[in-house]
Amino acid sequence: MANSKLVWGLLGVAAVVASAGMLVVGGLKDNVVYFLTPSELVARGTEAVDQPLRLGGQVKPGSVSWDAEEMDLIFAVRDSVGEIGVRYTGAQPAMFREGIGVVIEGSMQGDGIFEATNLMVKHSNEYKAPHGDSIPETMYESIIRPGTVE
Amino acid sequence: MGRSSPLVGWLGGAALTLMLIGSAIGLFFVAADAEQGEVQRLMYVHVPAAWTAFVAFFLVFIGSVLYLVQRDPRADRFAAACAEVGVVFIALTLATGMLWGKPTWGVWWTWDPRLTTTALLLAVFVGYLAIRGFSDDPDRRARWSAVVGILGFIQVPIVYLSVVWWRTLHQPPSSPRSVSSEILWTWMLNFLAFLLVFSYLAARRARLARIEAELETRQAYDV
Repeated sequence: MANSKLVWGLLGVAAVVASAGMLVVGGLKDNVVYFLTPSELVARGTEAVDQPLRLGGQVKPGSVSWDAEEMDLIFAVRDSVGEIGVRYTGAQPAMFREGIGVVIEGSMQGDGIFEATNLMVKHSNEYKAPHGDSIPETMYESIIRPGTVE
Repeated sequence: MGRSSPLVGWLGGAALTLMLIGSAIGLFFVAADAEQGEVQRLMYVHVPAAWTAFVAFFLVFIGSVLYLVQRDPRADRFAAACAEVGVVFIALTLATGMLWGKPTWGVWWTWDPRLTTTALLLAVFVGYLAIRGFSDDPDRRARWSAVVGILGFIQVPIVYLSVVWWRTLHQPPSSPRSVSSEILWTWMLNFLAFLLVFSYLAARRARLARIEAELETRQAYDV
């Protein structure tokens, strides 16, 4: 029957596309990554200097320094192995804080500091109602940090 | 051709009611997430819209396979209706995701694997709808779009697993363990409301497609 021939043909096409897709997926896994971790960037050494790329990791607790006048933000981003100092000029994203995940666009400088052009916050998949004294209304107000809005 | 079944009317009423209840609970009665604040309420639209689109594209897959096996025009119309409404829901997912991304991530858009594959999924099913306009022969149109519908659906698991397979800015899927129970229930209630809205719209669209098909046949005889 012509119909079943067509169905088998389509299944064949689907199988080819699926396996091609798997190859692409496998290739992407190794080659194209959305961001590098700090230790991966450190491992690249001077080769990575001035190359535009994304760096992702956790904002190291205790490393954040913020100059409200100059809008200068300096912090370290880390993974379980290494860490890299980051310099960023501009307003902080509302959810930026010590210990949160970030993805930063920019490039490594000769002095070993990552100069950020764009700072993005990577939040977790946890959603919990606030307890105790933190209510959403006041949290919302606290998003506008003193010093960032004049 | 008569009026549509009263069942569809009831479905529409139920969808509207549940949507109002779900939105009211999501907006006013459940506390917003402790970390993100009010903007987290977008979750009650964003995630149900995404899941509904996934369900819609799965139904396109089913309808497409059925058409290729049985050559029943009803299967083709079912697939086309689901695809059209599914496109609306995946577009809504992208739009609400952008609105959510700006205040939380700091950007409207970034080419991370989750966002990129989702944009591609939208493009594929917009292509599906476009292909349906290319042929006047109902059988050829149905066969072509069935192939695209089947291949397009393969993308759904890729979109879903993109946050597991690759490094992304988008967070991995939430689970009952990562979401407090009142947020979880509101989320599921809204998902159910979205499914009903989808079913209603798809049923209406399928009926319209049947009328279009009858018109097409009549015009073919007139010429």
